[in-house]
Amino acid sequence: MTETIDRHEYDVVVIGAGGAGIRAAIEASAQGARTALVCKSLFGKAHTVMAEGGIAAALRNVWKEDSWEVHFRDTMRGGKLLNNWRMAQLHAQEAPDRVLELEEWGALFDRTEDGLILQRDFGGHRYARLAHVGDRTGLEMIRTLQNHAVHKGIDVHMECTIRRLLTDGDAVTGCTGYWRGTGQLVAFGAKAIVLATGGFGKAWKITSNSWEYTGDGIAMALDAGADLIDMEMTQFHPTGMVWPPSVRGILVTEGVRGDGGTLVNSLGRRFMFDYIPDFFRKDTALTEDEADRWYTDKANNRRTPDLLPRDEVARAINAEVKAGRGSPHGGVFLDIASRRDADYIRRRLPSMYHQFKELADVDITASAMEVGPTLHYLMGGVRVEADTAATTVPGLFAAGEVAAGMHGANRLGGNSLSDLLVFGRRAGLGAAAHAASQRSWRRPDEAQVALSTREILAPFERPEVGEDPYQLHGLLQRTMQANAGIIRTEDELTRVLADIGKLRARALKVRVSGGRTYNPAWHLALDLLSMLTCAEATALAALRRTESRGGHTRSDFPATDLAWGSKNVVTRRRDGVLVLTDEPIPAPPDDLHRLLGDDAPEQARVEPELVIEAARS
Amino acid sequence: MTEATLRVWRGDRDGGAFEDYTVPTDEGMVVLDVIHKVQELRAPDLAVRWNCKAGKCGSCSAEINGAPRLMCMTRMNTFDPGEPITVSPIKAFPVIKDLVSDVSFNYEKAKTIPAFAARPKEADGTRRMYQEEVERVQEFHKCIECFLCQDVCHVIRDHDENKMAFSGPRYFVRLAALEMHPLDANDRMELIRAKQGLGFCNITKCCTEVCPEHIKITDNAIIPLKERVVTEFYDPLAWAKRRVFGRSGRGLPPAAAPGPSSPHSREPEPPSA
Repeated sequence: MTETIDRHEYDVVVIGAGGAGIRAAIEASAQGARTALVCKSLFGKAHTVMAEGGIAAALRNVWKEDSWEVHFRDTMRGGKLLNNWRMAQLHAQEAPDRVLELEEWGALFDRTEDGLILQRDFGGHRYARLAHVGDRTGLEMIRTLQNHAVHKGIDVHMECTIRRLLTDGDAVTGCTGYWRGTGQLVAFGAKAIVLATGGFGKAWKITSNSWEYTGDGIAMALDAGADLIDMEMTQFHPTGMVWPPSVRGILVTEGVRGDGGTLVNSLGRRFMFDYIPDFFRKDTALTEDEADRWYTDKANNRRTPDLLPRDEVARAINAEVKAGRGSPHGGVFLDIASRRDADYIRRRLPSMYHQFKELADVDITASAMEVGPTLHYLMGGVRVEADTAATTVPGLFAAGEVAAGMHGANRLGGNSLSDLLVFGRRAGLGAAAHAASQRSWRRPDEAQVALSTREILAPFERPEVGEDPYQLHGLLQRTMQANAGIIRTEDELTRVLADIGKLRARALKVRVSGGRTYNPAWHLALDLLSMLTCAEATALAALRRTESRGGHTRSDFPATDLAWGSKNVVTRRRDGVLVLTDEPIPAPPDDLHRLLGDDAPEQARVEPELVIEAARS
Repeated sequence: MTEATLRVWRGDRDGGAFEDYTVPTDEGMVVLDVIHKVQELRAPDLAVRWNCKAGKCGSCSAEINGAPRLMCMTRMNTFDPGEPITVSPIKAFPVIKDLVSDVSFNYEKAKTIPAFAARPKEADGTRRMYQEEVERVQEFHKCIECFLCQDVCHVIRDHDENKMAFSGPRYFVRLAALEMHPLDANDRMELIRAKQGLGFCNITKCCTEVCPEHIKITDNAIIPLKERVVTEFYDPLAWAKRRVFGRSGRGLPPAAAPGPSSPHSREPEPPSA
């Protein structure tokens, strides 16, 4: 039987409809490009909706002392200076305009006394900087963008999975995939494509990410010839729920600590005071009294160590648990109940209150939460050019979590939502400009379309007895959780690679039953291939970076190595295999370098003793 | 280890039936976890929508023992052990497969609502709004678009023919959010009266009862909208003021883009359902 393929042509196709994708589509459409927005879920359900704490932008509504320069400095230091400095600069400079633009489109942020956008404290940010709506900022952002986009003439194709980018050997010419609801195959011809597909957190067992997070965009970009960078840089958010087992990994916003909550071990000690690295010592309170005063008097006190960047806090929690000072279910305590009154907690953190009450029978206004690290975000991903969000493949752009460079080795909380807006817009501009420079569509290569069709339908056409995609996914999650976690070693990473090799062979033998109509086993069989590709890239990059920095900690190389501080690990697919190289990171110009402080980059390091202690189990 | 039995509707547009699945369960599980267990162990092709698993995205709406609920926020320990739990797709919309319904009705209705249009900035270039005035609208912005209010609404659920002329509680919440937004300068009152079908609602409050975000849909969105329609269109003084000053109560000129039609073009109020 010849397979019929649904065909569409657009100037710009945006893949992924989280914050970055919608913002890119709005911009491309505003530039006059005929634009499609394609997403795996229903419109408005993307992972952005889960973002809680806020959008980082130096609006200066709460602290006049703030500026884009300070935001730039915080971002670079938080990223252990591995960031693409130009991205960090553009981000810090443009974030305030992007936030105000959301207000222009109907977003309603919490207000200061004099009627401006209120800003809250978050980890690694020197000043209260996050524009927010209680603890449901992501929902406000995605709904605002969604409602705005509805009237902009963008064609939204929901519940459509894209599996492969088509190229003419050099530039992208379109993409292929299938409608989830019907199983019908589809091919889009496009002059430019924006990837906004997020990360691949679903490869870990304990994660804050939803089923969608399978790294499709990263895998497709790699297959199309694009460079990846920093794939070893994975962020474990320090505070995920740990109990009951069914909710393990669900995010607990950093806003709990921003609004006064503290981390406590089983001895009742505020242990973060024991984990202050030299790099942040100058900016961090060394006593509980100073930390508590800081919430209301930032001029005369330094920030509480509870709000150190996420990599530091996650490592500290990991070390406390391994040292036997954890909570009953293998986390630590996060206490706001004893520090703020119940009304304040319910007003500031309504969805946390609700989440713990409904899912864990815990009243966070009366008792402490149990929390532990959860895989949350991928700093690495597709290499992009800062100003245009162009990847190394002509016509292919990337924005948001799928893109890399902005956050370096560790992302600060709140910098993700602003990243989506700043670089989503720039990717839309870049893609529209590229599309405008193309006179016509290049006809998609039918051989590639046919190959993609065969790949997509293969799980139905294999022999009767085959592998089970759910089981293989479980095995991948198990090996990534055990061997590519917060603390890594060469042995563990080698084991991951061996496991991935076996799992890939088995994944190519998956057989699914049932029809093509909304068949989740089939969907997972295909998503699994993306996850395996990304997991392999992460394990290889993590093996290669023989040091500890940010979201990558090696107990066999516990020290930060100055030489690695100016290098990206770059991953490419060449002749079917992944090839890794180290490439220098351009240094910031002098005026920006001065903003980073005298101690940079010599001290952008994790503390070797802490790594060793954390690894001791 | 304990076990649970789910009685899950399996089928598609051409029909279907309930099937029982017994699977092992763990402490703290919600219905969605058990559905995932069924996929993993018994029925790999069982169709279900979900995303966040924390009550924030509104994807996993279903009817559990006949009640519209989010599967991710329905704890298994709220049921008697051993009692089979029925799970079926939301009823108000056509089924695609198993627990997945075609909710495109809602996305089409969303397109009929004119966008937010901000009034001009203040002299100092800012937009000042105060917490007290934004809070009322923030309640509406909590909506996660689970469409459970749409599912339970009698006007939609029991009368398919009403769908053309009735947008449903979700969109009354959206309209209320726009109408009460301190910065919005668009005028949608004629649209609300004539095209969105507000008059069909006979305030039984079923929507409020099922809202997982506890938005007081009837009291805070629908009733105030109904009052505004009455004031704007059936109060002669307000009508005259509107003719002279444009949108009532704000002393602002009417918005240029998607403009209101004239109050003369009144259509008969639709009958109450």
